[in-house]
Amino acid sequence: MRNRWMTAVLAAGVLTLAACGGGGDSGGSASGPGGLEVPKIDKLAALGAGEGEVNIVSWAGYVEDGSTDKAVDWVTGFEKETGCQVNNKIAGTSDEMVALMKTGEYDVVSASGDASLRLIYGGDVAPVNTDLIANYKDVFDGLKNKQWNSVDGAAYGVPHGRGANLLMYRTDSVTPAPTSWNAVFDANSPYKGKITAYDSPIYIADAALYLMKTKPELNIKNPYALDDTQFQAAVDLLKAQNELIGEYWSDYTKEVQAFKAGNSVLGTTWQVITNLTKADGAPVEAILPTEGATGWSDTWMVSASTKHPNCAYLWMNHIISPQANAGVAEWFGEAPSNKLSCALTADKSHCATFHADDEAYFDQIWYWTTPLAQCVDGRTDVTCKDYAAWTQAWTTIKG
Amino acid sequence: MSVLGSYLHRHPRLRLAGLLSAPLLWLVVAYLGALAVLLVSAFWTVNGFTGEVVREFSLQNFRTLLSEEVYRAVTLRSLGVAAAVTGICVVIATPMAFFMAKVASSKYRNWLVIAILTPLWASYLVKAYAWRILLANGGPIDTLFGGPGNGPGYGLFATIIVLSYLWLPYMILPIYAGLERLPDSMLEASADLGARAGRTFRAVVLPILIPSVIAGSIFTFSLSLGDYITVQIVGGKTQMIGNLVYANIGAANNLPFAAAIATIPVLIMVIYLVAVRRSGALEEL
Repeated sequence: MRNRWMTAVLAAGVLTLAACGGGGDSGGSASGPGGLEVPKIDKLAALGAGEGEVNIVSWAGYVEDGSTDKAVDWVTGFEKETGCQVNNKIAGTSDEMVALMKTGEYDVVSASGDASLRLIYGGDVAPVNTDLIANYKDVFDGLKNKQWNSVDGAAYGVPHGRGANLLMYRTDSVTPAPTSWNAVFDANSPYKGKITAYDSPIYIADAALYLMKTKPELNIKNPYALDDTQFQAAVDLLKAQNELIGEYWSDYTKEVQAFKAGNSVLGTTWQVITNLTKADGAPVEAILPTEGATGWSDTWMVSASTKHPNCAYLWMNHIISPQANAGVAEWFGEAPSNKLSCALTADKSHCATFHADDEAYFDQIWYWTTPLAQCVDGRTDVTCKDYAAWTQAWTTIKG
Repeated sequence: MSVLGSYLHRHPRLRLAGLLSAPLLWLVVAYLGALAVLLVSAFWTVNGFTGEVVREFSLQNFRTLLSEEVYRAVTLRSLGVAAAVTGICVVIATPMAFFMAKVASSKYRNWLVIAILTPLWASYLVKAYAWRILLANGGPIDTLFGGPGNGPGYGLFATIIVLSYLWLPYMILPIYAGLERLPDSMLEASADLGARAGRTFRAVVLPILIPSVIAGSIFTFSLSLGDYITVQIVGGKTQMIGNLVYANIGAANNLPFAAAIATIPVLIMVIYLVAVRRSGALEEL
C-alpha cells in the first residue's frame, strides 16, 4: 500500500514537470556565440506615466538613498520627482544578479559584462529604446553599442560606468606596500591566513591575468579565453593560493568588517569598499597593481517581464543623468559614463583619476566577460573552458 | 451549519476525510512533492551560457559528484562537523539535563527550562554574527587567549563551536524530557539494593538516556549537516555541503547540480533514521 502511494506521488510529480517543460521556444537571428539565438522581445515604444515603484538589482553603492551616508543620496529626489518608489536589492556577484533577474520580480539591473550577454541570450532582458532616454546622447561614445551591451546594433541597456578591481591592504601591517598581484599569490607570504579573494568563479580571470604577465610561455592573450593547459595553470595557482586565504568575500560588509578587525590585511577589493573601510577608521589603501587588473563595464538593463516599464525607463534616464552619474562614480570609485558628469564631481580631477575617457587606459583593464567554449580571444584551433567549467573548478579550488 | 454538522455526525468516515485532507495534502504536495521535484531535477542539466535548465535525462551531475574528489572531501568534512557538534552537545547537555530533571528543585527547574529556551527566541543570524565579533582578530576570545591572533579565529573549529552553541537546546530538551520520566524511586531502589552511583547510572539511567540522546542527535546532526549560514559567517574559507548547494543555486544558477548535491544529506539522514529507528528513539521525539 505504502509503495503504491509513493509511486502515485512520484508519477504525479513527473507528470507536472513534464507539462511545465514544454515552453521556452524562441525565434530570432542566430548571431550569438555557438549559433545561440537572441529571443525576440519588443522594446518599449513610448513612455507613459510611472507605475509607482521600481524594483532594482544593483551592485553595492549604486543605489544610495542616504541611509549609508546622509550626503550620499540620488534616490530620494528621483522618488519625489517621478513618484516611483525605489526598492533595491544588492547582489554580491554577477551570478547572483543573473539568478535574481531570472525570477522575473525585478525591473532593472546593473549588469556587468559577465552577466549582460547571459541575460540577453537567456531572454531575461529586453532591448532598450534609447530614444526614450534623454541622457543617452551624452554617454561617452566609447561605451555605446559594445559587444557586452548590444546585439546586432540593438542596444540592450544604458552604460553606467566602468572601473578596475583593486588590491587593498592595511597600511599598518603590510610593509612594504604591495605593487604587484604577486602579493596575493606568493607562497611564502608573511600574511598567510590573512589574505582575501573575491568569492566568484570569475576570480579565476585574476589568476589568468597574473599568469599572462608572469608566465609568457603559457601564451595567454585574454584571461577569459583559457584552453585546457592555461586553465589548469590558473586553477593550480589558485589552489596554491587557497593555503594563504583567510576567507573569501562576496558580501562587501563582511570584507569591511574583516579588514577593520584585521582578519584580512591584503586582497582584492572595489574602491567603494576601501572608502567604507576608511570611513570606519581602518588604515587601508587600494592600488592598481603593475600587471593591470580585471574590471567591469556596467550596463543598466530592463527586465523582459517588467511590470513597471515606465518607472524602469525613468530610473535608467535618472541614473545616467550628469548629477546622479557623478554621484555614483565618486561614491563607488569608478569612471562615469556621462560626459557631463565630469564637471559635477566634488573632486574636479575625478574623471582624470579614473580615466573616464582614456580608452588607452581601459585597454589595460580586462572587463568581466562570460567565458565561452568558443574562445573569446578569437582562437578557433582550440576549445576554451566555458563558464560551467569555471564554476565547477571554483568549488574544487576552495576544497 | 447544524445540517452539515449532523450529516457529518452520521458519516464518520467523511468526517475523518475532511479532517485529514488538509494536512495530508500539505504532506503530499508540499513535502513529498518537493522531494520528488528535487529528485527529478537532479537528472537535468543547465545550459552553461544562458543558464536555462535543459530538461533531458542525464547522469552527468552524479558522475561529476562521484568522480570529483572535492565533493567526497566536503561530504566527509560535513559529516565530521555534524558528528563533532553532536558529540559536544551530548557531553554538555547530559549533565545539564540530569541536573535539571533530578537535582534542581521544581521551582528552579522551571526557570532553568526557560533559560534553555530563551536563546531560541533570538534570531539565528544575530547569534552567528555575535560569534563573528567574538572570534574576530583582537576580539574578546583572542583577548582571553592572550592577544590578537592567539584565538581560534575563523575556520572549521569556529564552525563547530558556534553550531554546538546554536543547537545545544535541541539536545538538552529531549534528554531532560527522558530523564524526567525516570521516577526518583527507581534511583532510590537501586541505591537500596546496594548499587553504587556508577552501577545505578549504567543499569537504570543509561537505558532511559540512550534513546533520548539519539532523539536529540537527530536534531543536532541534521541541522549541522545542512547548515551553510554559520559556515559563511565564521567558517573562513571552509565549505560544507550546504555551501555547495547554495553556491550552485545562488551563484552558479545550476539548480539541477544543486539538487544532485542535496541528495547527499537526504541519503545520509535516511540511513541515519533507519539505523535510529531500531533503537526505539523515534518514540522519544
